Amino acid sequence: MSDEHIDEISGVETTGHEWDGIRELNNPLPRWWVVTFYVTIVWAIGYTIAYPAWPMLHSATKGVLGYSSRNEVRDELTAAEAAKGKYVAAVESKSVSEIAADDGLREFAVAAGGAAFKVNCVQCHGSGAQGSKGFPNLNDDDWLWGGKAEQIQQTITHGIRFASDPDTRLSEMPAFGDIISDDQIAQVSAYVASLSGKIQDVSLVEPGAKVFADNCVACHGDNAKGNKELGAPDLTDAIWLYGSGETAIAVQVRAPKQGVMPAWGGRLGETKVKELAIYIHSLGGGE
Amino acid sequence: MLDNTQVERLEAEAVNSAKVRQPMYAARKKIFPKRASGSFRQFKWLVMAITLGIYYLTPWLRWDRGPFAPDQAVLLDLANRRFYFFFIEIWPQEFFYVAGLLVMAGVGLFLITSTVGRAWCGYTCPQTVWVDLFLVVERAIEGDRNARMKLDAGPWTARKLMLRISKHAIWLVIGVATGGAWIFYFADAPMLVGELFTGTAAPVAYITIAVLTATTYTFGGLMREQVCTYMCPWPRIQAAMLDENSLTVTYNDWRGEPRSRHAKKVQTAGQSVGHCIDCNACVAVCPMGIDIRDGQQLECITCALCIDACDGVMDKLGRERGLISYATLSDYNTNMMLATAGGSCSVNPSLVRTADGPFSDKVAHFHIRKIFRPRTYVYMGLWSLIGLGLLYSLLTRDRLEINVLHDRNPQFVTLSDGSIRNGYTVKLLNMIPEPRTIIVTMQGLPGAEMSVVGDDIPAGRSFAIPVEPDRLKMLKVFVRQPADQIHGTAQTFKFRVEDKASFESDEYTATFNAPETAK
Repeated sequence: MSDEHIDEISGVETTGHEWDGIRELNNPLPRWWVVTFYVTIVWAIGYTIAYPAWPMLHSATKGVLGYSSRNEVRDELTAAEAAKGKYVAAVESKSVSEIAADDGLREFAVAAGGAAFKVNCVQCHGSGAQGSKGFPNLNDDDWLWGGKAEQIQQTITHGIRFASDPDTRLSEMPAFGDIISDDQIAQVSAYVASLSGKIQDVSLVEPGAKVFADNCVACHGDNAKGNKELGAPDLTDAIWLYGSGETAIAVQVRAPKQGVMPAWGGRLGETKVKELAIYIHSLGGGE
Repeated sequence: MLDNTQVERLEAEAVNSAKVRQPMYAARKKIFPKRASGSFRQFKWLVMAITLGIYYLTPWLRWDRGPFAPDQAVLLDLANRRFYFFFIEIWPQEFFYVAGLLVMAGVGLFLITSTVGRAWCGYTCPQTVWVDLFLVVERAIEGDRNARMKLDAGPWTARKLMLRISKHAIWLVIGVATGGAWIFYFADAPMLVGELFTGTAAPVAYITIAVLTATTYTFGGLMREQVCTYMCPWPRIQAAMLDENSLTVTYNDWRGEPRSRHAKKVQTAGQSVGHCIDCNACVAVCPMGIDIRDGQQLECITCALCIDACDGVMDKLGRERGLISYATLSDYNTNMMLATAGGSCSVNPSLVRTADGPFSDKVAHFHIRKIFRPRTYVYMGLWSLIGLGLLYSLLTRDRLEINVLHDRNPQFVTLSDGSIRNGYTVKLLNMIPEPRTIIVTMQGLPGAEMSVVGDDIPAGRSFAIPVEPDRLKMLKVFVRQPADQIHGTAQTFKFRVEDKASFESDEYTATFNAPETAK
């Protein structure tokens, strides 16, 4: 700090700092500004006493108000759960068809089921439940094990071919590569493909029909419409889990792929499964 | 007719005149505006009555909209996101009408300012109106200028304490009433007033009242002219809108100078003398604490009270009014040139008039023509254009609308019979406060049918559905087209909504997606 210096023009004392002949006036701060400044200091002291603030060795001061952001989140979550409680209780006590019949409850279940679907199901069935090869599309009206809400609930609860659940949906198409000849496989594939579309060699259809009658009707039915009790797919429709056309069908006849879906009943609980069933039923294909 | 010296000279000095311009850092010097009387004061009372009347009474006006909508004429229903203004109901997506009105207000302000100067500041600005109201209270309790100054300078006696307490108490009551009136615009006023007094109103209502009470009391009672001088951006902006043809409150020094208390003596000495007798009446009434004789300045809100004060003095002296008047810069300049003989000497009143006689013919006076000039034409044109546009839009706006959101995941679903299904979220907007039945029809997309999720509506190309009054109805609609009718991966078709009763309709062009394998 240099000597005190008064600016000639304004008569105001300068700070004593000088840059290339330019000096800074030392005007007093406005009163209101100074008062506000002191108020903020007082406020800050009060604040650090009231709220968690000062870091100590292992934790920080707790603050006399006992505030904690974790508690705040916990309270909010508890409140949210409590707000949903009425609906959750109703979903718990009612059957899926009863829930579906109640507009408000159905709306709740669809929202809750949709959220659960995004966490647990999208990995295989896709984010829009549109599926992919080997993983069924849940939007359409073709159901291997039935598309009523109760049937969907059963499927989700116990899974499909899920060995550790005794009530799981179980069916196993034999690998016909070991049972019938390659020619017969070509013939039956042509026949099955002809049921829902055009094929190249129509001469294979007639012998194929005989092979079908001998080997396949037990599960897929005389008319190839499938059997939901056995999870046997309808072979006359436009929906093919493992691909359409003779080649894809032949592959599946020779050595069928058998998809597995885990049982979710134990993991998610009955209420969540009901919500999921309602959600899937609402996607447009429910029966 | 009075002589100059018989007019009382007020011991008034502008606290913020050119001589003693207040530095920004100094503590405020109190201003004690004297009561003015005259035509502008009358006009200001009228404006005050109208603006305050509008503000306090509007929420209590009723407007019957039938059983399905509130009956408050002006209501900002934030909870339901509706804005009611007499016969107009505005949904959130129509809020551009309000934005348009604000733009009109802006252009209107340009127009007003470029013609009659800062009329907004001087007459209608809430700050001005409320300060005026607070001054009425102050005068009623503490007396006029001199009494107030004496009281302020005097020691704290019981009387002073009583006067001060009652003044501030009434100010606070006005503040509470101001905040209280504000919240009535946001809820049903008669119901809210009951809730307020029983303590059952929403916390935000009390908080709003508290905040507005504090701001009204502080701005209107304590800060007053400082709000205009230091806080408000308008003085700066409006200054840019004035030009040489805008009317502003002007001290006509071409006829006032040289000012003198002792005209006779000066005249006898052979010097010329102006009309201003330096009585300070204009300074005493100024609520901004300035001296208009310093010329047009930032602090002047053009409330015109100095005109009233000066006119009163001129009347007493039997001189022509208008020593301080609304004048344009160009007229002022013309007259100044005249009075200074083209700028060659200091102001010499004898160049513009005969001794105490009429003004010379060459003195310029304001003519109404000056209002009509390209600048004001542009503002007027712009203002009316926006107004007409809004009006047209308002008269032709839809009260029945359809919005459609195409499902994107999945875009389409192949069904077992090979047909393709697309999902749509259809929103039907019934924007009138009456229930109606709306007919939804598909146009285009041959062979396709709609089905509505969750409703017992049979699949088809058309269905009727009831929609609640003033509500949006959301439907999940599936459209299904047989495989053999599909042409292309993206076909367009229309959803059409119709109200058979009112002949209103709306359309939405949607896309129907199909996989390439579907033909």
